[in-house]
Amino acid sequence: MQAVTQATLEFVKQYWAPLVCGLVIVGVLPLIVGYVVLVERKIMADMQARLGPMRVGPHGLLQPIADAVKLLIKEDIIPEDADKLVFWLAPVLSVAAALLAIAGLAIGPAFQIAKDVNIGILFVVGVSAMGIFGIVLGGWASNSHYSLIGALRSSAQLVSYETAAGMALVCGLLFAGSLNITSIVQAQYDQGVWFGLLAPVAFFTYLVASIAETNRAPFDLPEAESELVAGYMTEFSGFRWSLYFLAEYTNMIVVASVATTLFLGGWLRPFPRTTWLSFIDFFPPLLMVGIGVYCLMRTPKQPVRVQQTFMLAVAGLCFAVALVLVAPMLVPAVKPLHDGILGAFWFIFKVSLYIYFFMWLRFTLPRYRFDQLMRLGWHFLIPLSIINVLLIGIAMIVGTYFHLQGWSLLLTTSPASIIALIIALFILATEQKSEPQKSSAAPDSYA
Amino acid sequence: MPKAYLPVLIYAALVAAFPAVTLLFAKLIRPASTSFGAKLKPYECGVPSEGTSRGRYSVRFYIIAMLFVVFDVETMFLIPWAILYRGWVMAHMGLFALVSMFVFLGILLIGYVWLYKKGALEWA
Repeated sequence: MQAVTQATLEFVKQYWAPLVCGLVIVGVLPLIVGYVVLVERKIMADMQARLGPMRVGPHGLLQPIADAVKLLIKEDIIPEDADKLVFWLAPVLSVAAALLAIAGLAIGPAFQIAKDVNIGILFVVGVSAMGIFGIVLGGWASNSHYSLIGALRSSAQLVSYETAAGMALVCGLLFAGSLNITSIVQAQYDQGVWFGLLAPVAFFTYLVASIAETNRAPFDLPEAESELVAGYMTEFSGFRWSLYFLAEYTNMIVVASVATTLFLGGWLRPFPRTTWLSFIDFFPPLLMVGIGVYCLMRTPKQPVRVQQTFMLAVAGLCFAVALVLVAPMLVPAVKPLHDGILGAFWFIFKVSLYIYFFMWLRFTLPRYRFDQLMRLGWHFLIPLSIINVLLIGIAMIVGTYFHLQGWSLLLTTSPASIIALIIALFILATEQKSEPQKSSAAPDSYA
Repeated sequence: MPKAYLPVLIYAALVAAFPAVTLLFAKLIRPASTSFGAKLKPYECGVPSEGTSRGRYSVRFYIIAMLFVVFDVETMFLIPWAILYRGWVMAHMGLFALVSMFVFLGILLIGYVWLYKKGALEWA
């Protein structure tokens, strides 16, 4: 008995950090996703010149919580022809894969669950790709035409763009020389330049492929509401549906984090090696103070007393975060936390910008047709990314021959990127010529 | 090295528990379902569903799946090469590493061109 307690204590002592991290992620991520949805609706409203959610809480700030409660108490409908077990399992599988992928990611140098896993980024990509099982099984189990077509489309799309995304990752890994997340970011610190600048074509390829992989517009064909109702989610309602939704948005966060880690310098601030630019460290607290002051200014304009109080609370939260961000720079006692806290801020900031770009594209571009989507993947992105790997390889050899390092490596990689760009334009031109102007074949009902 | 995966394993248990627990929780607090009849049929815009939905579908999905295996395995081979490449370049043996990958990718590109000409990559 004593031995067991001893072992448990030892275990907790050794692994308390990942345990706490995991609990926080599982507990907080659904809330974050809820607010990402709110932000998306607000951005959509802003781009369409309307207000968006305004009723629940000031400026709709409590909307996600109301939605969650609604989804929890909704009637649960399982179609009578559905395969009950698979129907139950599919959303669970989808959301578990998406959440598990977060384990490999590092939110700043301090917060990471799988710290010593040496295949870091491969783990994230591999685990998050398992989510497709949830989608295919869900579409098959609901025994509906729309669901099945949505699931098939989704799997074909994911599978087509997985290769292009993998090739783009290879380009970044050529510079990093490691799969471990910490080593990748360290490599970007040592070389002083983000890999996204050294390999812009690879970053672009990954951007497009990641939008397609997360089934976002303009590639949201699996759930194209004008053709397939809701794709693989048609028969899911209530909390099962929200699990799928959670998986989708978590996947968005995962691909954004992978791109941030490999191409945008992870948790490093811009120009990490330039010491005279250290004042950039004051940007995070100033940003939070700015948001707080804006909230304070809006407070008297709220119509109801409760809303005013809530707005004040939000402002207070912003000031508290600003204090946390500024503390390591002023108080010597918490100095060791400097990298951890500011790193987490920069990481979240970059991920937010990446996700904002996703949303911006969604409200700007019209949806692709399925054959256009496949064409873009197989005819354009895959050859381009293969050629880009070779070009980057040549650029690295030439750069080492002339002893170029860090920023000066741009001298060889930017010509390589320009060549890749010319090849891309060439492929696009030939594609345009070969694309059938008028489809002579009968429309395929299952495509 | 397997020890590094222990936190991941614990986290995996947490992650598996999360949807299961929330689904059970939702089951406890929501009203019992009293639906019957058409509400439990698959949704098809109000029209009764025709035939089974687990019939045949387009062969192109199979072609895409097969091509995916080829190209994804290729990526898998590229990743260890990419990890080691930097070290080889630093040791001034980069040309050897690059040419060997050129040969490998070249063979695959020939296959790609053949597929392109055959129209296997066309959807419509």
